[in-house]
Amino acid sequence: MTTAQARAEEVARASYGKLLAILAAGSSDIARAEDALADAFRTALEIWPERGIPDNPEGWLITTSRNRLKDGYRSAAHRTTTRIEEDIDMPAATASPSEDIRDPRLKLMFVCAHPAIGDTVRAPLMLQTVLGLEAEQIAPAFLLPRATLAQRLVRAKRKIKEARIPFVLPDQADMPDRLEAVLEAIYGTFALDWNGEVSASGEEDMRREALFLADLLVEMLPDEPEVLGLAAILSFTDARNGARVDSHGHFQPLETQDVRLWDRMRTVRARALLVRAQQIGRIGRFQLEAAIQAVHADRMMTGITNWRAIAQLYEGLLQIAPTVGAAVGRAAAVGRAAGPDAGLRALEQIDPEAVAGFQPYWATRAHLLKAGDLPEADDAFDKAISLTTDPVLRQYLERQRV
Amino acid sequence: MRYTLFLYNEESSWADMSEADVQEQLGIFGAYIQDLKDAGVFVDTDWLQPSMAGTVITLKDGQRRVQDGPYADTKEQLGGYFVIDVPDLDAALAWAEKCPTARYGLIEVRPSAMPTE
Repeated sequence: MTTAQARAEEVARASYGKLLAILAAGSSDIARAEDALADAFRTALEIWPERGIPDNPEGWLITTSRNRLKDGYRSAAHRTTTRIEEDIDMPAATASPSEDIRDPRLKLMFVCAHPAIGDTVRAPLMLQTVLGLEAEQIAPAFLLPRATLAQRLVRAKRKIKEARIPFVLPDQADMPDRLEAVLEAIYGTFALDWNGEVSASGEEDMRREALFLADLLVEMLPDEPEVLGLAAILSFTDARNGARVDSHGHFQPLETQDVRLWDRMRTVRARALLVRAQQIGRIGRFQLEAAIQAVHADRMMTGITNWRAIAQLYEGLLQIAPTVGAAVGRAAAVGRAAGPDAGLRALEQIDPEAVAGFQPYWATRAHLLKAGDLPEADDAFDKAISLTTDPVLRQYLERQRV
Repeated sequence: MRYTLFLYNEESSWADMSEADVQEQLGIFGAYIQDLKDAGVFVDTDWLQPSMAGTVITLKDGQRRVQDGPYADTKEQLGGYFVIDVPDLDAALAWAEKCPTARYGLIEVRPSAMPTE
């Protein structure tokens, strides 16, 4: 690889989303901006090796892309190599983008997770526009045919353009909801649901991309506690990645994982993010989830899990973001802190209709019944197993049943 | 109890696929089938040619009539099925949700009406 080529690829990785956001901001036309930017990168690969790398590569790419966009408005026939030659002779100073480029990617992220954009396409759209991933790199991670994902992305971009979704930051009043949508999309990318066999290949890549997006968001919004909270959750979870399945291929739930397999540095980092969030003093669901993770992580030092603290955090979570998952999580923690009977009572407070087909409810119930030596445990295990599609998790429950 | 998952999707989504994409989808479906088998719930499956390849036959009007497919000209067509054996509808839905088709098509979950011996 030549130096120019390496440099162009380096700029592409580091600046793609920034450049795209700047180019698309005026018109909300992401597809056209993508074409222009792709064209500029191609031109860079042709010209930089001969003419040398410009002092301000990003500025060069913006100017070249802008010229492409202008060409497009006139006629495609104007795109000639002569024009490209003219472009590179422009002085670097005028080539530098003049507008506020403090955080163009942030606006792009809010556009991708706009309420008018379907929630299943938000994450792929973010991966493509902010990180410059191709539809074919993203599709397998979401278990979608490439053509299907590509079509969804095209539709979403058309919607953004036609509805003129603005490239702006949400105002104060809208910020919490809009930010939550962005965080949800990143969280969803991190915790993609896989079928057993295919998980090995792409899962790790997407986790990396989600971590990257979360860290990027921390850089851009360092004073938003929920952003720090999400980054902390991902870091805590990532730190335990190597301990989820033991050397025999057996699933290990959080509480029985070998803490020596947890990544200490990542845990330290996660905790630092959470502390920063808490200092801001605006509690939110991502911070509470991160705090639950932090209590689990304490076992690295103390050797025990403080279930009472976890139950309390779940109570807080239920107050600000009530979900069946949190209610079940609370019951499991209560069961550990105050005994299986208390846990089962907590489970009984949940609306039975909401948990009829909810695997975590039945798994929790089965474990509590077993801990209490109650005969209904077997039926609950059977029900939980019947709802478990993940093979590793299923084997775990089958082992627990006996 | 046996349930059949009928998989419906826009046929163009398969027709427009590149060879690499088809291979990838087959891999994804293969993993799903393996999961069904590992869980001991798999009974049967088939992947069907496009509805254009279908032939419709009926004797209901007292005469044999054979017609070129598809049977119903709808946007979403039956593209395949899975038969699974699970305890109840909750479990059938859990597996249907996990089926790759659910992400871009529709799945109709129907319980078997066949009397069990």
